[in-house]
Amino acid sequence: MFQIQRAPKVYDVVVIGSGAGGGTVAHVLTRLGVEVALLEAGPMLDPARDYKEHMWPYEVDHRGAGEGGEWYFGRQQWGYFNAPNGYWEIEGEPYTTAPDTRFRWFRSRILGGRTNHYGRISLRFADYDFKPYTTDGLGTDWPIRYEELAPYYDKAEAFIGVTGTREGIRSAPDGVFQPPPPPRVHEILVKKACDKLGIPCIPSRMAILTRPLNNRVACHYCGQCGRGCVTASNYSSSQVQIFPALKTGKLTLITEAMVRELIPNAEGRVTAVSYIDKRTRSERQIRCRTVVLAASACESARILLNSKSPRFPNGLANSSGVVGRFLTDTVGFSLTGYIPALENLPRHDADGFGGMHMYIPWWLWDKKNKDFPRGYHIEIGGGFPMPAIGMFHGACQRHEGYGRRLKEAIRREYGAFVHLAGRGEMIPNEYSYCEIDPNVVDRWGIPVLRFHFRWSEHELKMVRHMRETFTEIIETMGGKVVRADPGISVGGTIIHELGTIRMGDDPRTSALNRYCQAHDVKNLFVADAAPFVSNPEKNPTLTINALAWRTAEYLAEALRRGDV
Amino acid sequence: MSENVSRRQLLYEAAAATLSGTLGVQAAQHVHRAVTQQRRAARGPYKPRYFNPHEWRTLARLTDLIIPADEHSPGALAAGAPEFIDLLCRHNVELAAMYTGGLAWLDREMERRYGKNFVDAAPEQQTALLDLIAYRKNDSPELAPGIRFFDWLRKMTVDAYYTSKVGIADLGYQGNVGMTEFNVPEEAIQYALRRSPFGGE
Repeated sequence: MFQIQRAPKVYDVVVIGSGAGGGTVAHVLTRLGVEVALLEAGPMLDPARDYKEHMWPYEVDHRGAGEGGEWYFGRQQWGYFNAPNGYWEIEGEPYTTAPDTRFRWFRSRILGGRTNHYGRISLRFADYDFKPYTTDGLGTDWPIRYEELAPYYDKAEAFIGVTGTREGIRSAPDGVFQPPPPPRVHEILVKKACDKLGIPCIPSRMAILTRPLNNRVACHYCGQCGRGCVTASNYSSSQVQIFPALKTGKLTLITEAMVRELIPNAEGRVTAVSYIDKRTRSERQIRCRTVVLAASACESARILLNSKSPRFPNGLANSSGVVGRFLTDTVGFSLTGYIPALENLPRHDADGFGGMHMYIPWWLWDKKNKDFPRGYHIEIGGGFPMPAIGMFHGACQRHEGYGRRLKEAIRREYGAFVHLAGRGEMIPNEYSYCEIDPNVVDRWGIPVLRFHFRWSEHELKMVRHMRETFTEIIETMGGKVVRADPGISVGGTIIHELGTIRMGDDPRTSALNRYCQAHDVKNLFVADAAPFVSNPEKNPTLTINALAWRTAEYLAEALRRGDV
Repeated sequence: MSENVSRRQLLYEAAAATLSGTLGVQAAQHVHRAVTQQRRAARGPYKPRYFNPHEWRTLARLTDLIIPADEHSPGALAAGAPEFIDLLCRHNVELAAMYTGGLAWLDREMERRYGKNFVDAAPEQQTALLDLIAYRKNDSPELAPGIRFFDWLRKMTVDAYYTSKVGIADLGYQGNVGMTEFNVPEEAIQYALRRSPFGGE
């Protein structure tokens, strides 16, 4: 007999999702003494067991390709050695795309979510990023200004630890920084080229410790952040926020909990969260005074859209109809240059951070004579990476042949490549959104999302500018482009999808107020990247941290006042 | 790691280290590595699990031709390239068919040209055929199956080689070690600057 199990306990706050947003909310609230239950759709994380940091490829017989060589057939979900944090396709949990849409949705199902692997790039939005409409007449302004978020950027940076230098560049506001590591050889050459071209190239801002912080030790420079860090020297919500929050005794963690919907009462307040316990495939309800959605922008939108009732026929908190709309991803384009100056470079350990030590912030923000709005930053790759499956396929293509000459070519070229990746701002458009697919449910019986996505001419023009600029940088280094993406990235693949439950002062055009509190449902908050009004060229995670911090403090104060 | 240390002993040591609260992660990784090494040592000489003896000899010869040992470093055989391919083929029908088909094609082609199968032909006859199928410019209806097969074989041999201990040493990769501070040798910086359009300093 089907029976929903209802636990009697009422939590002050139920947080849905344990990534950058949910982790920050759990951290801030438990430190303020609030009793929190955290629902995570995946299992518990055990870094010592789950992370493959420091493993050599030859420690597994398949060298990372998968026993059946899945890598070679594009069937490997995620790099074998990477942190176990998510998938492009989840068995039994599909999503669909409209016939004319290419969109991919990377989802995580483990404690800490995508923060277990993300690039740790931590960039503040600029003051003008909060006023896009005022700046160029496109998109919509945020309901908050930079100055309102700045103190929370400060708190987030000081707590998670971010490297950087004070540069006074308007497009890349300075923050609370730890000292950065020195640049690698190829980064020094990129910087020289940029100096010549009048492009800034500055130490990267990464959520990786170069100094001890809050009982976390500094980086040991193995270059493997993407595998998860056993010493927690980089930021992940699991290790840096949730494990410590569990120690406060204020946090109840419920894993394998796939949320179906939020249950409102007659007054329109959420009183319970309905979820599937994946272990038993049984439905449960957890009762709450308030709820914070932080399941990732699209999953949070999905939960609201699936929370339909006579009072909320369009889904919860969606009287405006904006839930699911204004979906954006970051514009991506990358190419690789071969740099003869780096041929046969004297060997040394160039691992450093798991990622770049230098980057190129947007530099044309005040220029009107370009043919596209907004901008992009450039991420720099190269050095002597740990050899891996596929790393020398480009050499096989370019040199062909076999034997001693192939071997010599690979040795000569190792370390002589520079990768440049552009990450640009997409402007929300009416053709890009997600909605409930009326025909498909997942293995838990929950209706799934259907995506519509389209780049506009703005983004396509930006990619042309990226291609020209990157080529110029490579050639200024005396190099030559040997590989380039065929064009703009596929929507969703930069994994910066956001904007689907946007905030704003007007309840007719936004779902959340300036505190990420639902206009329609007073005890409902959103703390992932769904509230973002625009998708500036800065990686979203640090802004998720800062905005979630601000939301959590507001919520704690509202709870204290009994005003929520 | 001596071979007669039992897995149980290793796990016991790891548990003790974990209880002492100091070495948990390192101990776990230590056990993982030691057990892997012991399993390998226990296996003895490798017996192909998928390929028949003739295919195995042919595959070994081919990988040796692609990445040979030279005065600088050992080659694909020392790196376990045939073993890597055997493992993957055992678990992947599609890949296995590509390999058995490709190896059979090579034998037929050698017999047509020189009256011998590939592995028994003279080295210069072997390389004469590879010199045709190792280049896209030679693509023709006649050679297409060989060219496609060789492209796969070359990539997978290269992968197996450079992910092995000897291949990593050949490249001179020096990382995957913990450091308290990150520094770049001045010698390397000056080497690159001197050779760059920017000049040395």
